[in-house]
Amino acid sequence: MLRTLYDKLWDAHVVHVEPDGMTLLYIDRQLVHEVTSPQAFEGLRINGRKPWRADTILATPDHNVPTVNRRAGIADPVSRIQVETLDANCRDFGLTEFAMNDPRQGIVHVIGPEQGFTQPGVTLVCGDSHTSTHGAFAALAFGIGTSEVEHVMATQCLWQKKSKVMLVKVDGVLAKGVTAKDIALAIIGRIGTAGGTGHAIEFGGSAIRALSMEGRMTLCNMAIEAGARAGMVAADDKTIDYMRDRPYGPKGEQWQAAVAYWRTLVSDPGARFDALVELNAAEIRPQVTWGTSPEMVAAVDGRVPDPTEAPNAVKKADWERALRYMGLKAHTPISEIALDKVFIGSCTNSRIEDIWEAAEVVRVLAGAGRKVAANVKLALVVPGSGLIKAQAEAEGLDVIFREAGFEWREPGCSMCLAMNADRLEAGERCAATSNRNFEGRQGQGGRTHLVSPAMAAAAAMYGHFVDVREVML
Amino acid sequence: MRPFTQHRGRVAPLDRANVDTDAIIPKQFLKSIKRTGFGPNAFDEWRYLDHGEPGMDNSKRPLNPDFVLNLPRYQGASILLARENFGCGSSREHAPWALEDYGFRAIIAPSYADIFYNNCFKNGILPIVLPAAVVDQMFQETAAAEGYSLTVDLAAQTVITPGGEGFAFEVDGERKHRLLNGLDDIALTLQYTDEIKAYEARREQVSPWLFN
Ligand code: SF4
Repeated sequence: MLRTLYDKLWDAHVVHVEPDGMTLLYIDRQLVHEVTSPQAFEGLRINGRKPWRADTILATPDHNVPTVNRRAGIADPVSRIQVETLDANCRDFGLTEFAMNDPRQGIVHVIGPEQGFTQPGVTLVCGDSHTSTHGAFAALAFGIGTSEVEHVMATQCLWQKKSKVMLVKVDGVLAKGVTAKDIALAIIGRIGTAGGTGHAIEFGGSAIRALSMEGRMTLCNMAIEAGARAGMVAADDKTIDYMRDRPYGPKGEQWQAAVAYWRTLVSDPGARFDALVELNAAEIRPQVTWGTSPEMVAAVDGRVPDPTEAPNAVKKADWERALRYMGLKAHTPISEIALDKVFIGSCTNSRIEDIWEAAEVVRVLAGAGRKVAANVKLALVVPGSGLIKAQAEAEGLDVIFREAGFEWREPGCSMCLAMNADRLEAGERCAATSNRNFEGRQGQGGRTHLVSPAMAAAAAMYGHFVDVREVML
Repeated sequence: MRPFTQHRGRVAPLDRANVDTDAIIPKQFLKSIKRTGFGPNAFDEWRYLDHGEPGMDNSKRPLNPDFVLNLPRYQGASILLARENFGCGSSREHAPWALEDYGFRAIIAPSYADIFYNNCFKNGILPIVLPAAVVDQMFQETAAAEGYSLTVDLAAQTVITPGGEGFAFEVDGERKHRLLNGLDDIALTLQYTDEIKAYEARREQVSPWLFN
């Protein structure tokens, strides 16, 4: 029987199957952050339960943490209580936590892979929808609710029904300046935000093979924005190279055994998928979202669409509402959209490669005499972890950003969802490398345009969107 | 968890597609470390004219008179009628907590985002999938008749309109059983402790590097 990667990951974790197919699935790894865990710990406490395997859990605060002046602690008392609650819960239940001032602290989906806590072949969950990120390592990773966080802590298992599997195949070579983020947005533009509902997505094809692990993480991160709880990429040499010498990864003899197993984590040639979507990488242009859903996306050389051309009445109403919220007119060229703020960060695009990409654009444009444009009030770079921040600083990238007028911050979710002090004011327009452009996501009334790090950096330097392929010639 | 068997209640229509969990409960309210009390902030940014923050006295805040849940005719509604891909976005269970705390026991929509759908069952809310055409019809009937109510029968898997028309819906057997009886998932799973331990022992043999 030919099996997909998803089938293999699933089969390896089945503990028990009910007659109707409901399956008790073993969970190898759980990441925990401060927002979706307090009620789970409270549940354990009320029922006198303990974590089944404390060694399979790694916790860090990321959503609420300030990105400046951390030594002073968290000013907002409600945020502070939530972070302190995480600290206390980890202490009480004996869990490993990278607390706010630990140099390894960062966004859960960045530190998991960085530490080698995320590994090929595992099942990994977190009370966070962007857990799909970890599927880049040929792992089965998906977001769960708080009741399930508690359930996994108490039983090391989860009740699941097998999903369908969609293969998204991207072949060909990306143009220079076009990135994994653009692939992700182009896919969502094609299949819609519900296109992957009920499915796990495997990303394959030569353009995916050519992506770095960072790029694959960006892509899998956005699987949830296409409606798929899990995204994944088959294991290959890049996967294995990335895993070498990670603090929580296998060592010595175990390394050899692990690598031998990891090599099997690919879909069998000829395995059947429930759905197939194909894209030609060469046709993908830098993407910019114009609306309030990631599927409302256009190429940078395109225009804001006209709702009268929407495919149906529900969509037409959606587009009209989105344009009203975004303060945009139909037919406006994307390149004429001016910006108030720029945010480079989030679990989608805050890894070292993202920082390199953005820094390179800034370096080149600064060399041509540019700085962050006058109409851009704030341009933030927020690395995904303390270790990435340290690496970037060792390479002098913070200086490139700072001298051009960017702010260089401490790691966390920051303006991706604005639970801390970093946010948009009503009506402000932002180029963001994060993953959601929902109404109010970056602050009530704020207007978000999702782009790649290179596009965000270029937009900061021009004050409006520009085609990064042109300015980097 | 509160069991769900049969429920009759007033319907409130939320006529937009892709309602995300950020809209159902905005992030500033996720700072709470409790499970309860989210109802007054459900749909906060649509429901009030000012900006809401935790700790405010919501009864003193200016309501948005145009938001459908604020209309007098939909007060006391316990069934939410919605459009496709309801509950997309963030996995926050605060979304079903807020809907439950607001007073919703069931949702009817053509489709849901997966994580949200799953979270509803953990909190005694029944998310019902009906064909888009039927949902459309219900939107029209709700608009036409003030006080429009539906009866949801989980055991029989039907929704019954005031006119006596019945619509069957699908629900997974195991989920139905748990919701009907209000069962605690963890206690049920712990009945499989021996199987989990046996699996774990096998896994440690095969993948010892996951057990360091
Ligand atoms: S960076 Fe944004 S999307 Fe990612 S975990 Fe944090 S809040 Fe969620």
